[in-house]
Amino acid sequence: MLLITCPHCGPRAQTEFSYERTVDSVVQPGAAPAEAMARLFTRANPRGLDDEIWRHTFGCRAWLVLTRHRMTHAITAIRAAGPEALP
Amino acid sequence: MTSYSALGLLRGVFNDQSHWQPAWRDPEPQANYDVIIIGGGGHGLATAYYLASVHGIRNVAVLEKSWIGGGNTGRNTTLVRSNYRQKPLHDFFEFGLKMWEHLSDELNYNVMFSPRGALMLGHSDSDMTRLAERGDAMRVDSIDAELLSRDQVAKLEPQLDMSRDARFPIEGGLIQRRGGTARHDAVAWGYARGADRLGVDIIQKCEVTGFVRQGDAVVGVETTRGRIGAGRVAICVAGHSGHVAAMAGLKLPVESQTLQALVTEGVKPMINGVIMSQSLHCYISQSDKGGIVMGGDPDNWPSYAQRGQPMVTQGAIAQAIALVPALSRLRMLRTWGGVTDMSFDGSPIIGPTPVPGLFLNGGWCYGGFKATPASGWTYAHTLATGTPHKLNAPFDLGRFARGDTIDENGVGPLPNHR
Repeated sequence: MLLITCPHCGPRAQTEFSYERTVDSVVQPGAAPAEAMARLFTRANPRGLDDEIWRHTFGCRAWLVLTRHRMTHAITAIRAAGPEALP
Repeated sequence: MTSYSALGLLRGVFNDQSHWQPAWRDPEPQANYDVIIIGGGGHGLATAYYLASVHGIRNVAVLEKSWIGGGNTGRNTTLVRSNYRQKPLHDFFEFGLKMWEHLSDELNYNVMFSPRGALMLGHSDSDMTRLAERGDAMRVDSIDAELLSRDQVAKLEPQLDMSRDARFPIEGGLIQRRGGTARHDAVAWGYARGADRLGVDIIQKCEVTGFVRQGDAVVGVETTRGRIGAGRVAICVAGHSGHVAAMAGLKLPVESQTLQALVTEGVKPMINGVIMSQSLHCYISQSDKGGIVMGGDPDNWPSYAQRGQPMVTQGAIAQAIALVPALSRLRMLRTWGGVTDMSFDGSPIIGPTPVPGLFLNGGWCYGGFKATPASGWTYAHTLATGTPHKLNAPFDLGRFARGDTIDENGVGPLPNHR
């Protein structure tokens, strides 16, 4: 199980969090249809680091962006998600 | 290499069983093949077998980064069924189920297919309505399905908690009597032996590290055992589809997640068939060795690590014990995880890719094992002819852009189906 350090609450067990989707799958309101399709339906899905949106669902309920390794599960960065955090 | 038969066993009585030979060769890779299949799991080996046996294409290599059948083929819960709701899935999986019924004969290898019945439990009126709807859809497509009453379910599986105050009260069920289980390793080994006998090279410990390109087209692969040229290259790597496709610059509608399963110590027969549920996500069957095999939800977050977290298996176990209280007395023997390629409509992808010479078979989510024969059959057809078989035509990569997804659960563009 992961130990995720919420920027607001400190280190908490993964059971308090839920995974939402990857950062590259967020569709901007003004995106062209082709780009919106690509973001909705495809993923880089790397066997390495990727940016993921998680939520501290059973805690402070804040949205977070985790940079996490898909093979080792090591979390290299955690930051609060906001409009400025999304692409 | 000789056929396996009762006579062969008898012969062994007189020679101390010393006449058995390895079931497949261990060849060095050649410089070129007509078709290279990346991934020596059940699907890849089945594809090679049908390429050679049905289409006469025998200059084929199966490249496996570790050992054959060591990925999801050896990590599933061995269930075989075709009880889906949508037409393309019916056609595909029912074709596959009919292949399962003759697979041991076809391969001269006992895959121990055991049609002991696949039962889905209903826990409420609305569950029963949905099961009836699914059963009707199946029967309209000539697939066996039978709606069972509470009493019939109780008779079939006496270990179920049928009390009215059960955590998940049982109202009835839907059974596909032709569904069941098979021996997963034997499927890989049987196809490997069959393909090898027809001239296919099965090359283990050979990891693909890149593609050889000529203009746009893929004309070979770079591997840990050197460069190998190919007329056509077929990706068949389940959970690692995204990783391998990325080497060719493709971004797939797939996210890799962990799916776990577990098995208990062996006990005398107590579960007669396969028990699943309309509302829960837990499936229970008993292996021929006596262990109770259980599985549940995927971990629902991306990982390539082949290991999951205990809270997910705990959830599956809690559900299983609620359904079959006697399971609480058993000791757990092993848990394991596999990397599943969760597609964005829950259905597989089999067909050509936008890269000339490169084909894809993936996106099996947690339902790949039962599809092994049909997947191999249709993928071989696609590779041999360059165009999809009518059974896998609906499962092309382009369906997402067309808005023509095959979304059995109706959940939309996310890999988290539950």
